[in-house]
Amino acid sequence: MHRALNRHRNILDFALSSLMRRKAKNISLFLVYTLIIFVIASLIFFVQALKREAALLLTEAPDMVVQRMIAGRHDLIPTRYAEKIGAIRGVSAVVPRLWGYYYDPVFQANYTLLVPDTEPPPPGSIMIGSGVARNLRIKTDDLVTFRSYSGMPLLLTVTAILPQHSELVAADLVLMAAEDFQAMFRMPKDVATDLAITVANPRELVTVANKIVEQFPDTRPILKSELLRTYDSLFDWRGGMMVVMLAVAVLSFVIFAWDKASGLSAEERKEIGILKSIGWETGDVLLLKFWEGAVISLTAFLAGVLLAYLHVFFSSAALFSHALKGWAILYPQFKLVPAVDGYQLSVLFVLAVLPYTAATIIPAWLAATIAPDAAMRS
Amino acid sequence: MIQHPAILALMTASLIVSGLLLYAGWFGIRILKNWDLTSGSELQLNLERRTYLIATIVSYALLFQTISLFLYLYTADGLHILFTGAMCAAGTLQVNSYGYPTLIMKLINCLLAGSWLIVNHADTRGYDYPLIKPKYVLLLGLVLLVLAETVLQFNYFMHLKGDMITSCCGSLFGSDKPSIAGELAGLPYRIMRPLFFCTMAVLACCGIRLYLKGSGGYLYAALSSFAFVVSLAALISFIGLYYYELPTHHCPFCILQQEYGYIGYLLYATLLGGMIAGSSIGLLMPFRASPSLAPYLPRLQQRLILLSLTCYLLFTALVSYRMLTANFRLGG
Repeated sequence: MHRALNRHRNILDFALSSLMRRKAKNISLFLVYTLIIFVIASLIFFVQALKREAALLLTEAPDMVVQRMIAGRHDLIPTRYAEKIGAIRGVSAVVPRLWGYYYDPVFQANYTLLVPDTEPPPPGSIMIGSGVARNLRIKTDDLVTFRSYSGMPLLLTVTAILPQHSELVAADLVLMAAEDFQAMFRMPKDVATDLAITVANPRELVTVANKIVEQFPDTRPILKSELLRTYDSLFDWRGGMMVVMLAVAVLSFVIFAWDKASGLSAEERKEIGILKSIGWETGDVLLLKFWEGAVISLTAFLAGVLLAYLHVFFSSAALFSHALKGWAILYPQFKLVPAVDGYQLSVLFVLAVLPYTAATIIPAWLAATIAPDAAMRS
Repeated sequence: MIQHPAILALMTASLIVSGLLLYAGWFGIRILKNWDLTSGSELQLNLERRTYLIATIVSYALLFQTISLFLYLYTADGLHILFTGAMCAAGTLQVNSYGYPTLIMKLINCLLAGSWLIVNHADTRGYDYPLIKPKYVLLLGLVLLVLAETVLQFNYFMHLKGDMITSCCGSLFGSDKPSIAGELAGLPYRIMRPLFFCTMAVLACCGIRLYLKGSGGYLYAALSSFAFVVSLAALISFIGLYYYELPTHHCPFCILQQEYGYIGYLLYATLLGGMIAGSSIGLLMPFRASPSLAPYLPRLQQRLILLSLTCYLLFTALVSYRMLTANFRLGG
């Protein structure tokens, strides 16, 4: 065992010095390799981090939301539905929710207006997200005017700015009292945007949803698990599409690596010739080539992953966040929570390192089977 | 198909392994046809050089296959959220009829690639390459199986649709179901528990005897395969219960999840290692008499016994430790 280890150590040692002797060629390979890994790693880290954020946000979401539909479009739901749904066995709570969007023509941004279930602000006052505060350039105790649907201005006092840590949810959020909300949109008092439903036993959710549809055929229940699934596949799909597009880049890199590995210089051929003439076997030269490849792969892998980590978790994936997040005027400036696991690394390894390794097997073998006399003569 | 980076990674890995092995297989056929060690022709020299390439390709293929096996399991586990009814890999693999066959093929290919490398290692030690023919016949079999696996995996992922309804591990591995999984889960722990420990004890005794006296190689290889099957059955029948601390949860996949510290990966890796090393001893037995290998083979076999025994004993130790420390008792 000790001998085998020593053999590997010596060959690795030789591989390192051999790589150092051909700096220009190996550095160009290393840079391209690192770039490829950086791009794919950024993508995978970003998609995973977004999925995790979405899952965390949805843990707070109600088990089920019931919307009313008219001609296939979302409509306001009468609050009397809430009482009847509350009477269904298994339902532990039904909360009518009021929320909507307000377009601010001056600043050309959309705000999400919401009446919180617990502790809503008193009539005439609002709490706003930091994105809204930035956009309107206002702070606590300032007055804001919203234009209501009746054409009358609605004067509201800002009582608080929502804390920074909830930026992803709260950037464009405006919390207000039910009375203000109804006045703003000229909404009747006996309707809500939708109903949030809590079911005591999560296994009963589908049964309860079926009962609701039976009783109220004009409604559509949406389960939390469906939302989670949609987010999950949406992000995976976007990430997958980007990976497919990057496949061309990976392919070019593979061709580049093949070219670099198969284009042995006269000096390299001579070196291998000398090694073989002093007793190195084909297996030893193959091992040498394996170690050279492993050193380049691992350093490029580490460098690429590290750069991607900095890019995604410290600059919020500035390079391609728009392609993956979507866009809005008031986009939340959120920082993703850094987390990388073995799964992401192994996906990355398979996507970037496997093609490189496969592309260099045959050139390595070609190099290792050179006849010593022919190599030294060339 | 679901566009998921891990699915794309798995497809890439399969295509690469298939491509490499097809290339190796093609030269395998030429070696089987034209190999003549007594000849000094250009063709023979060329073929001799190719043997290095093929060995390198299969080594890489084994590495890629092992990564792909575990990535496949982990991905199936991660995708369960997309399918109504699935709670872990058990449900995701059940979504269509290609999921479980792909997993089984991946497992078989890992075992075969591992055994091939051991046979190849032994062969290169003999100056006359005594194992060359059986080795390349085995390689051709491996090529076909890997291609079949790629086709199955491709079909599995192509037929994955997000809105499918599947079953959870509770219903698939429920002991009251008339299926193979159900039958395994229903194996009574009163029989499986002693059978598992007895098998491991007999395996250890047989291994020590083989190590010291060099006899009973076939028996050890057969026992090692038997121990692999018994361990898998035991994992479903009673070992899982100790990890889940639930008398009705027989799923062999949930132990791969974070809640159980990913212990499943270590358990399956030890079983795979034990089986590969153990069965290879049997594969090498007929060649002990070969003059070029006679001085070398017994030493290699001794090392394989040590490796195989270490893997199986580590598996047994992990299981026993859990059985002793879990807050769960089966049958009082």
